[in-house]
Amino acid sequence: FRCFASALTPQLKNTLDKVVTSNKVVLFMKGTKDFPQCGFSNTVVQILNSLNVPFETINILENELLRQALKEYSSWPTFPQLYIEGEFFGGCDITVEAYKNGQLQEQLEKAMCS
Amino acid sequence: MGVTKEQVESSLTSKLKPSHLEVIDTSGGCGASFAIEIVSEQFQGKRLLERHRVVNAALEDEMKQIHALSIKKAQTPEQWKQQQDAENPKPNA
Repeated sequence: FRCFASALTPQLKNTLDKVVTSNKVVLFMKGTKDFPQCGFSNTVVQILNSLNVPFETINILENELLRQALKEYSSWPTFPQLYIEGEFFGGCDITVEAYKNGQLQEQLEKAMCS
Repeated sequence: MGVTKEQVESSLTSKLKPSHLEVIDTSGGCGASFAIEIVSEQFQGKRLLERHRVVNAALEDEMKQIHALSIKKAQTPEQWKQQQDAENPKPNA
């Protein structure tokens, strides 16, 4: 038996809406900020640490349903996924790029001051 | 069955008609993993996030089997040309 139905039920969507707005910066990743289990996730954790912003991490390896639902929620197929003020910011490459050109710092400052 | 570099190239070529495309197999034995540099007219007027979405969508079928995808560059032909010129400056005539 294989189920092709959407993992993103209305209830789960509701929950995710709350989770991504629970903190100004939320990172869905493989592992935790203290123990990242993938190089890409680790890269984003290091960037956020270096910028000294408070952020919440959620380990998607612990919840397969959450993992599938999030892919639909953000229309993004991979992890990590960074959310700033409830809005999807990007994955690892976009975060690295934005960090290099200063847009990430700008966005985070705006978020922290709002 | 994993995904091959050729499959990734052919999907991107047919869907995004890139003027420059480089697909690098970066899998270190842990499954299909690729790094991509792509230059396409279709990125015109799109922010980086949207450009990456376009690439992800083009590889929708492959993504199910790809372990990791890194989009190193997603530029318009104009940006690409500017960068090439900056990297290889022509001596002033």
